[in-house]
Amino acid sequence: MNSAVIVFPGSNCDRDLAEALALVSGRAPAMVWHKESSLPGNLDLIAVPGGFSYGDYLRSGAMAALSPVMAAVRQAAARGVMVLGICNGFQVLTEARLLPGALMRNAGISFVCRDVALRVENSQSAFTARYDAGEEIVLPVAHHDGNYQADAATLDRLEGEGRVALRYADAVNGSARNIAGILNEAGNVLGMMPHPERAVEAAHGLTDGRRLFEGLLETIGQPA
Amino acid sequence: MKIRVYVTLKAGVLDPQGKAIHHALEGLGFAGLRDVRAGKLIELDAEDGVDDGQVEEMCRRLLANTVIENYRIERMEGAA
Repeated sequence: MNSAVIVFPGSNCDRDLAEALALVSGRAPAMVWHKESSLPGNLDLIAVPGGFSYGDYLRSGAMAALSPVMAAVRQAAARGVMVLGICNGFQVLTEARLLPGALMRNAGISFVCRDVALRVENSQSAFTARYDAGEEIVLPVAHHDGNYQADAATLDRLEGEGRVALRYADAVNGSARNIAGILNEAGNVLGMMPHPERAVEAAHGLTDGRRLFEGLLETIGQPA
Repeated sequence: MKIRVYVTLKAGVLDPQGKAIHHALEGLGFAGLRDVRAGKLIELDAEDGVDDGQVEEMCRRLLANTVIENYRIERMEGAA
């Protein structure tokens, strides 16, 4: 599995994500600076990490979505390359319109930083292939703007098409319908607020994130 | 020319910051507020050739996220 991690000024989960990808796939990802206008060839996965790109100026993810590299990410996504956006990466993907909806300030105003229970709603995607449908997992969250909002028609469509991949078991940040992670229409782009890369080995205390990367490896690692 | 762009949350979208400000104002003893909504003011110092269409485009592509926000453009005629 060939992967790349996009690095923006203000990204701070890029190294954790690279470590997780290297641990699971045995191959270190390419670290791609946001000013690049192209991506390495033969990529299977593009990962957009958490952090505070551009200091969250204007709106979280808004400036990063306009970075030169995002045009290449958009093209790769259209070709079917897997794209995983975590936390700020999810915000960047919504601002880049690769995913519908928007992530607003948490309903309770406070930054939320704790482990949360999640339900895997769709276990058919490449990202969730190693989970069981309806399974409850625990991953850490750490965000200020994780309150997912979209209009009712969009939410209904996401639900109807099985594109709500992950849902908070209990309200965490005010997200509509407790949505924690969504897929694009083609199923090759996932945005999620929880941090799977912070839960991949025993030393992390939690390991439920590991199967997300293993599922990707399993799906991608065996070319059709 | 100075152009002001006001970005506000759409009606019906919960505004956590506005709500917190509302509570804080009540805490200060100010009564009679039904609701408080917070938004952004962005001031553009534009050359005369910048037309309304271009400012609209700026709003749609960057200044506002039209999924959750509305924008209003105000030209400050005569302002230096």
